[in-house]
Amino acid sequence: MSGNFAPPIADYVRILPEIVLALFGTLIMLLEAIFPEDRPKPILPWVTVGGLCIALWGAVMAYLSPGTAFSNMVIVDGFATFFRVLVIVVGLLTIFASVSYLRQERANAGEYYGLILFSVCGQSLMAASNDLILVFIGLEISSIATYILAGYLRDDKRNNEAALKYFLLGSFATAFFLYGIAWIYGITGTTNLAGIRLALLNRDLGISVTLAGTAAALMFVGMAFKVSAVPFQIWAPDVYQGAPAPVSAFMSAGPKAAAFAILLRIFVTAFGPISDRWIPYLWISALLTMIVGNFAALSQSNIKRLLAYSSIAHAGYVLVAVTAHSEIGTAAAMFYLAAYAFMNVGAFAVVSYFARQGERFVNVDDLAGLGFKRPMVAAMMTIFLLSMIGVPLTGGFFGKFYIFKAALDSNLVWLTVLGLLNSAVAAYYYLRVIVVMYMHEAGDATSEIGPVSPGLRVAMWASALGTLVLGIFPTLVLNFAGQSSTLGR
Amino acid sequence: MDLILFLVFAAIAVGCGINLVVQTHPISSALSLIGVMGSLAILYLLLGAEFLAAAQLIVYAGAIMVLFVFVIMLLNAGAERKPASRSYAKLFGVPLLVVFLGLIAYIVQTFLPKTEGVQFGKFTGGGAYEIGIKLFTDYLLPFEIVSVLILVAIFGAIVLARKEID
Repeated sequence: MSGNFAPPIADYVRILPEIVLALFGTLIMLLEAIFPEDRPKPILPWVTVGGLCIALWGAVMAYLSPGTAFSNMVIVDGFATFFRVLVIVVGLLTIFASVSYLRQERANAGEYYGLILFSVCGQSLMAASNDLILVFIGLEISSIATYILAGYLRDDKRNNEAALKYFLLGSFATAFFLYGIAWIYGITGTTNLAGIRLALLNRDLGISVTLAGTAAALMFVGMAFKVSAVPFQIWAPDVYQGAPAPVSAFMSAGPKAAAFAILLRIFVTAFGPISDRWIPYLWISALLTMIVGNFAALSQSNIKRLLAYSSIAHAGYVLVAVTAHSEIGTAAAMFYLAAYAFMNVGAFAVVSYFARQGERFVNVDDLAGLGFKRPMVAAMMTIFLLSMIGVPLTGGFFGKFYIFKAALDSNLVWLTVLGLLNSAVAAYYYLRVIVVMYMHEAGDATSEIGPVSPGLRVAMWASALGTLVLGIFPTLVLNFAGQSSTLGR
Repeated sequence: MDLILFLVFAAIAVGCGINLVVQTHPISSALSLIGVMGSLAILYLLLGAEFLAAAQLIVYAGAIMVLFVFVIMLLNAGAERKPASRSYAKLFGVPLLVVFLGLIAYIVQTFLPKTEGVQFGKFTGGGAYEIGIKLFTDYLLPFEIVSVLILVAIFGAIVLARKEID
């Protein structure tokens, strides 16, 4: 066999965002080494922001030439582009939220920005993969970068605990995912998602549904860990609490969205033909995830833990949309993940502003009187929390609305009823934070609070704007999500 | 002959694997891991994947294990102190593991089609030539992207091992 192995130029265009992100990650490493060690390097965040913006442009360029690339490894469609843009925007918001935090913790080093870029690169790759091998590599790039980010402040005990827990449990979950891939390859002889679908549809091959179902179950373990779905959610509160606040913002939005992207792609595209086998289990997992997240959040006094449990509950809502197993359901999940990313990054940005050096103030009660001291910050926090409750005019409202509409369309009546009851429970702990901010006298924590740094201000305003735009003009995003939710069916 | 070789080396692999977990001293665990890697290489060879078998020996049993032993020596790691394990972990851990393995074995035994499947020595596509062609055509992108993965891991090691931040 001889000939030209070089793939056509169009193939490279289709992975343009990943190329840009990897190049800029490497560039950050080089810049970090070039500049003198003891001098602050204000250029690094700007280079990172520039890289993410170019990657955003790359995602659009890739979308303009849709199709598969690199022997069917990569697929560029609306779905991939949606999640690529989402994870890159989450990366941008995180950078803006991080700069002043890193300065105050005296940890303003280039490695942080490089790791964010590489992590986004992995997530972007996951969003566009059409093959389990590539899904796995993207997942690992994203995860390893996130493990390290969770323990970035190496001298902080809680950081160490968070990183170690996340790493050990995450590796364990990934092993299950890999084992599932081995199974599905053994059964169908392919790792291509569309190929698996064809093999499962082909009655002549006589593939046992039980075998395929076992493979799906093993892979679900790995993905459920990444999205923190019950019963694989135990790590989330400890890790979100221990990690630096901007990293918690990043972890709860970017990797989670990318993990849901592959969850949707794998279960809808590859395992679509055996949907009657996995829907019952996802039904149970979705319900338990909502219940555990919401009820555990009720008794939290630490705001980071509260947001962690709330993030578990939100994963439960998205799982409801996955369980619906319909195009509307997929579109609803996409919309919800976008709305969720804005409100969650915003809320964690407020927390990282408020916590101050060494994250001393992370209790809900520490927020007392913030409404009078910093009315704008408190107002934005209120917007994020109201959006998490699902109050109209915020992105969270339409997110929940579309998810439960999709669930009803798929005759998941009980799941819808129980999910709605859950959102009512959730209102209590979100409202409690708002009450503390506006109804309580300012305590020690709020009296000495300084001004908001410009970077954090950008992150908060952009998140608030995103939350409101999704709440007032939901069709902007929903139409795009609706057009790109077919996923090879 | 193939079957006997398979049974022998599969047994060694499983035995070494269990020993790896049970041993308390890191060096004993590392030596057991070499046993696992080595017998896996033989199993690959039995299946006709000669390149994979060689890579397994050179890369895993050779290079990576040397690094493991170096790290153990550098850290001067002694025998591991057993943490007071929770009673429910003991009570449920082992039975659940047995149930899991039993279920997997049952499913494989019952539902795997009997007719096809890989036969020892029948597979011929595991040479360096075939692997090379695959790596540079179908699997070009994963092959290249793995370098980013390794870069991230190196990056992480630098972050966690540097003297001080800022």
